Formats: sequence, structure tokens, C-alpha cells
Amino acid sequence: MKVLVGVKRVVDYNVKIRVNSDQTAVETANVKMSMNPFDEIAVEEGIRLKEAGIAEELIAVSVGPKQSQETIRTALAMGADRGILVETDIPTEPLAVAKCLKALIEKESPDLVILGKQAIDDDSNQTGQMLAALMGWSQGTFASKLELGDGRIKVTREIDGGLETVDLKMPTIVTTDLRLNEPRYASLPNIMKAKKKPIDVLTPEGLGVDVSPRLSVLKVVEPAKRQAGVMVENVAQLVDKLRNEAKVI
Amino acid sequence: MSILVIAEHDNVDLKPATLNTVTAAALLGDVDIFVAGSDCRSVAEAAAKIQGVGTVLIADSAELKNSLAENVAPVIVALAADYSHILAPATTSGKNIMPRVAAFLDVAQISEIVEVVDGNTFVRPIYAGNALATVQSSDTPKAITVRTTAFDAADKEGGAASIKETAGAADAGLSQFVGQDLTVSERPELTSAKIVISGGRGMQSGENFPMLEAVADKLGAAVGASRAAVDAGFVPNDYQVGQTGKVVAPDLYIAVGISGAIQHLAGMKDSKVIVAINKDEEAPIFQVADYGLAADLFDAIPALSAELDK
Repeated sequence: MKVLVGVKRVVDYNVKIRVNSDQTAVETANVKMSMNPFDEIAVEEGIRLKEAGIAEELIAVSVGPKQSQETIRTALAMGADRGILVETDIPTEPLAVAKCLKALIEKESPDLVILGKQAIDDDSNQTGQMLAALMGWSQGTFASKLELGDGRIKVTREIDGGLETVDLKMPTIVTTDLRLNEPRYASLPNIMKAKKKPIDVLTPEGLGVDVSPRLSVLKVVEPAKRQAGVMVENVAQLVDKLRNEAKVI
Repeated sequence: MSILVIAEHDNVDLKPATLNTVTAAALLGDVDIFVAGSDCRSVAEAAAKIQGVGTVLIADSAELKNSLAENVAPVIVALAADYSHILAPATTSGKNIMPRVAAFLDVAQISEIVEVVDGNTFVRPIYAGNALATVQSSDTPKAITVRTTAFDAADKEGGAASIKETAGAADAGLSQFVGQDLTVSERPELTSAKIVISGGRGMQSGENFPMLEAVADKLGAAVGASRAAVDAGFVPNDYQVGQTGKVVAPDLYIAVGISGAIQHLAGMKDSKVIVAINKDEEAPIFQVADYGLAADLFDAIPALSAELDK
């Protein structure tokens, strides 16, 4: 079985982001970039399927700028076999990424595609579902557990009320939630080995995909800051404030 | 052209998230509601009573019972031609189905809007709510999910919409529902509760959560948790408040043993009053708290419980 995972280069989750001075975007120059955390979980799940002897090949793909090669390289160091970058400097929207991934699926014919449920930069939570629609495939979103069967996969999903299990026809698209696994760190020998693994570089044009944005961003601002309040001495004072000052209990 | 709101329900009850979505939709035009389900007439009847709704469309068939995206999305797509905007609440169900609808229609989705500027322009949070982007779309129809905490609930009484049957679904043959393991609780739903009390890593174990539950029951509050507490297995995933969990904005949010990572703040910083109880005086949660108490929670929570009885 062949597994394809998507990886996105995003501002590292520990960075306190700033809006740029002309209020058009979040500052990304000279900011630490990393693999989207949900995509790390996707890569880890793919590696585990390989280690379990279920997957023969794991391909890490990214759609984005040239530097996304570093993100793919991280996936290769974790354990993916090869990489594909669809290189574009246009800020990519989920629909455009889904169309690029569809073109790659048609070339590579994977049985399972694992993506992060959302990227922590635009927080869209769309690409997996859109890709499933474009392929006419099933979708197992917000997955916390996968059980592969014969041509089917059982996916346990994190939903608002708890957990839900669905049984999906393969090939399918799975999107990862936090509890699916705990991603490994790449070891130094594996980082060295990853340097020799191949990364193909393609373009949206070459794949026949129009990635021009559908949304225009008019303005990006920081939300109103919350003012820190007061420290209370003890529980009695706290309850008194909540009853008589804030009047919320 | 009118606005279509996708109802959130469990085939018996209409969920409150629908009411907030109707309020957002009403800023755009005349609102119709679509109920897709099985034996879900009672949901359609509840939807018809919502103030300001024109028509309730109902698709009632066995294939729609469990809201499988593979079966529901095509039914919504079939209705899309009559609507300028299609809105769903940004619940796990809305997030699952709406992008599938958008891709079928070849339109962008605008996720988790918090403000309607005009019919083409919306404000949405990015980077865990640390920035707000104003985005404009020229697609028709527009596929939108709504952050329910950003809009008041529409009045659920007083309307008299007509109910119209629409074609049901065919089984897409791609997916089957196996089962659900839902948290059963007498307490209010986390996302619509007026008071929320959440525990973090500082709770040390799931066995200590009943301490919070005792306080919650005295306040009529829902119980939540930080990601750290869920990852550590103290409580189930549906307790999680934060960037990738639930977003809440109650009148009172009490954070207990939660340090205040930006990913957690993203899920609760729009609460009206925030209380933080943490033994680490330097914890970032105190920077957003209206009332902070630097104390060991294992002393403070029993004391809080006792004080509420006075």
C-alpha cells in the first residue's frame, strides 16, 4: 500500500506572531518556521503504517514556496521515503492545495492520504475534506485512531460530543487530530540519511492547476488586548468580587 | 437570493449552534434553514419557530441519519443554486461537511467568521485568534462556517416558517456509521454554558476532576479542560477548550491549574469575566484574567466549594 502525507511550512507554534506594519499580513520574515504540528502527526501515522508492514511507501508532499523543501526534508528525516514539492510563491488557499494534491494522487495512486486537520497559521480546516470531494472519496476527519481492514478503514473521530467511529471505503482521505499519536523526533543519523532521499519539484502550472487566490485579504489586525485584572488574596474575596463586583454568580 | 443555514441537530433536537448561525445569516439576507436527517420532523418544527426564518427545507431519509459528509454534502449541493450564501456553524459536523460542499461547488470556504462586514466581506481569526483577517470573496455561492460565540442566539420562538420537503439522499456508498461514544452529562453544554470551569495539567490526575465538578454543579457550570489535561488522559477529548478544540465565551470562565498557552487562550479569551487559579504567580493566564488567585488549587477549590454554600 502506498501512503501520501501532506506537510505545510508554517510559523512555529511557539512564536508569538506580529501583524506587519501595513496591516496586510502576519510577519513571517526572520521568524522560525516549522512543520505544521498536525502534519507531524500525519507523517508519524504514515511511518507507523510502514513499520507495521501495512504501507510499502510513504511520500511526503507540500504545496508552497521553495523553502517548503526543508519541511519535506523533516518528514524524510522522520521516516518518509521521498518527497514532492509543488512549488509556488502564491499564498495558497485550501481549495488550490486540494487541487494540486488531486493532481499528485492521479500520478501516484496512493491508497491512503493523511493530512493535518488544520494548519495553525490560517486555521482553515478545509483541505482534507475538499480533496475528498474532488476525488469523490470518503473522508475520515479529526481522526484519533485508525484500523485498517481489507479495502476498508475504521476511523475514530473526535467530535463535539465525544468520539465517533466510521467505516470508510478506501482509498480515502484521513485528517489527523491531536490524539492520533505522538510524533517522533528525527535522529541525527536519519537526518543525514534524509539528505540523500529524493525530492521532486513540480509546479501548479505543470500539473494544470490554477492556484490563484479566490479570497482577497483586505486587512489583518491584532485583536483588542485583554487588560490584566486584579489579584485577590483568598477565595472569600474572589467569591465576593464575583457576586458583588462582576455580578456573574 | 436567500441565505441557507445548515441546521445542527441529532434528529430529535435542534442544537443551539444553529441559532447563532441564523443571526449571522440574517445580516446577509432572508434566511432559510435546511434540516438533513432521518425521522427529523421535530427538528424542522423547532427550526420553523426561529424568529426571522422564511422556509425550512427538510430532507428526511435513512442515508442522512448520521450526518455522514459523503451523503449530506451532495444534498446541500443540490440546493445551492437558489442561494447566495450557505452557512453552517463551525461545529465538528459543520467543519466536516462544509468544505466538501465548497469543493463540489468550486468555491473557497470562509472558515469561522466572527463578523459580517458586507455580503462579500467577512472577518475571521487566524493564528489561533492572534490576528483577525478581513477577507473578501467573489465566489457564488459563498460557503461559510460561523464561530457561534461571535453571534448572539436568534430567538427560538415567534417564527412561523413553512416546512418544505426536498429530495432525500442516495447512499454515496463510501462510508458507514459504526457508533458513537458520547460523554453523558447533566451539566450544560460546554459551548453554550454561561459559566465554564476548566482544569489543566495542574489537576495532576483525572481523579481530581470531581473536585471541579462539585463546584460546577453549584454554579450550573460546564466543565472543560486544557489540551495538556486531555493529552494526559485526565478527561475525554470533548472537554478540550482551545485553538483546535472548542471555543467558548461564557459570562464567567474559571481556569484552574492552567498555565495559559496561546492555544488555550484562543479558545476562551472572549469570555466576559475570567478567573485564574494557579500556584505559579508568573503563569501567563494571569495576564488575561480579571481576577487572579495565586494559590494551590487543592486548597482553593475545596475552599471555593465551601464558600459558594455560604
